[in-house]
Amino acid sequence: MLKHKLPSIGAVYVVIICALLYLPIALLIVFSFNNATSLTFPLKGFTLQWYQQLGQNSELLASLRNSLLIAFGSSALATVLGTMGAIAIVRFNLPGRGIFLAVSTMPLVIPYVILGVALLILLNQAGIPLSAPAAGFAHVIISIPYAILIISSRLVGFPDNLEEAAMDLGASYWEALLKVTIPIVSPALLASFLLCFTISFDEYSIASFLVGTDTTLPVYMFSQLRFPTRLPMIIAMAAIIMTLTMLAMLISEWLRRAGQNSSPSKEAKS
Amino acid sequence: MKNSRRFLTLIGLPSIYLFLLFILPVGLMVIFSFREGTTGAARDSFTLDHYITFVNSRSFLRLLWQSAGISFLVAVIANILAYPLAYYLAFHAGPKKNTLMMLLIIPTWTSYLLRIFAWKLILGSTGLLNSILLVLGLIETPSPILIYSRAAVVVTLIYVWIPFAMLPIFSSLERIDRYLLEAAADLGCTRMEAFWRVTFPLSLPGVVAGFFFAFIPTLGEFVTPLLVGGAQGSMYGNLIQDQFMRALNWPMGSVMSISMLVLVLVFMFLLTRLGPLSDLLGL
Repeated sequence: MLKHKLPSIGAVYVVIICALLYLPIALLIVFSFNNATSLTFPLKGFTLQWYQQLGQNSELLASLRNSLLIAFGSSALATVLGTMGAIAIVRFNLPGRGIFLAVSTMPLVIPYVILGVALLILLNQAGIPLSAPAAGFAHVIISIPYAILIISSRLVGFPDNLEEAAMDLGASYWEALLKVTIPIVSPALLASFLLCFTISFDEYSIASFLVGTDTTLPVYMFSQLRFPTRLPMIIAMAAIIMTLTMLAMLISEWLRRAGQNSSPSKEAKS
Repeated sequence: MKNSRRFLTLIGLPSIYLFLLFILPVGLMVIFSFREGTTGAARDSFTLDHYITFVNSRSFLRLLWQSAGISFLVAVIANILAYPLAYYLAFHAGPKKNTLMMLLIIPTWTSYLLRIFAWKLILGSTGLLNSILLVLGLIETPSPILIYSRAAVVVTLIYVWIPFAMLPIFSSLERIDRYLLEAAADLGCTRMEAFWRVTFPLSLPGVVAGFFFAFIPTLGEFVTPLLVGGAQGSMYGNLIQDQFMRALNWPMGSVMSISMLVLVLVFMFLLTRLGPLSDLLGL
């Protein structure tokens, strides 16, 4: 039935924007298989050499390892701190709540270049050398707002009488948090971890001020964009990462749907 | 009593972290803006000179205004382009909604740097656009003016922010009670009137959030101008980055950062006059 209907203006618009969103990415992928160091049209030939060269580039691999480590560390820390903050602001209405909410979400509205230079000054004044972990600690600051938003919106959906019930049954407050609240919000914890991971893994502006010679992947990539001969290899790397992220996201989306279908009650709307 | 001890225990660690790595660095930056120089003895003497230089220099202030203007333009256009997407997804996509949403989000998982760099492949002198124009016979020699300009920066950043602007608009549209639209129709509103008088006002928090998702990062941009903007497309963020990484005039760079921060905070303050910020950002 639908097949015979003309597509609506809205559908056409979505298709056009989608095409525009994918065009640059398609070009990058073409580039990564292109047998030349510049992408000139018409194309020359097909090659896999850029992908083969990846494994031999030790600088690239070192920066990839740095990026994975700081993304893992910063998203774990941001999720822990975000959980504590979210429970505090959702479950308590005490003095300090408002100012905490304001300060913790403020990094959302501050351009990264300002955070980058401010932290550069901090490291300089404290005499701490520049390094990739420094960028990791900075990424926690920009990830905390997202962690708090994601986790508190899940918490709001669950009234605190579950915690009270656990305490009536003899659990201490902290036991109730660990054994009742945390399992309830665990989907939000995973979502927060994944989002914070991608924020840190891809972050260039702040990292560029803080890493020094201990580069992260985006900082290394930026330094290579000026050298045409290295370019296709960098893009091949990005194509692999994109494919892996896509797989990870599809799996997590599939898990989320599977989890939703099996849970007895649908998530409460706030 | 018990409650406040629990509250303080929970809020303590995140507060200390935020103080040490967010409030303190910004405070140190403010102090640094009064220092005479970056290193040596000049670092330990304090002066207002950099502020005076800043206020007297027309070019700094002009670039700040221009960058704010560019960011405003980018954020407005990205939102205008994103709104129909969000609207279609929320009201007309039906069962395909989740799949379409995934499809629109996937491009943002590509490296930010490379998404920007890709526009060099499109706008560059041997790039896609020039090749197409050549083949069509619209131009005889590749036009270099497509890249290394403010326009290239604006186009690239609009591209980058469309999906991010779409998300908050979509979630505010999703929250609208469909019965309100039926009620509007029952009371005689045409679909157009119902949109402007019911749907659009209720989606404003999403639009404001979408605007900020694009405006704030664009204001601080220095990467996109470096990659596709060239000297012509330089923004205020480049000026700041230069002071810290090349000119090594950290006090001047601090003054510039503070001026950008003040601009953002004034803007946010004006916005909170419209309503509580948490409502506007959909928190």
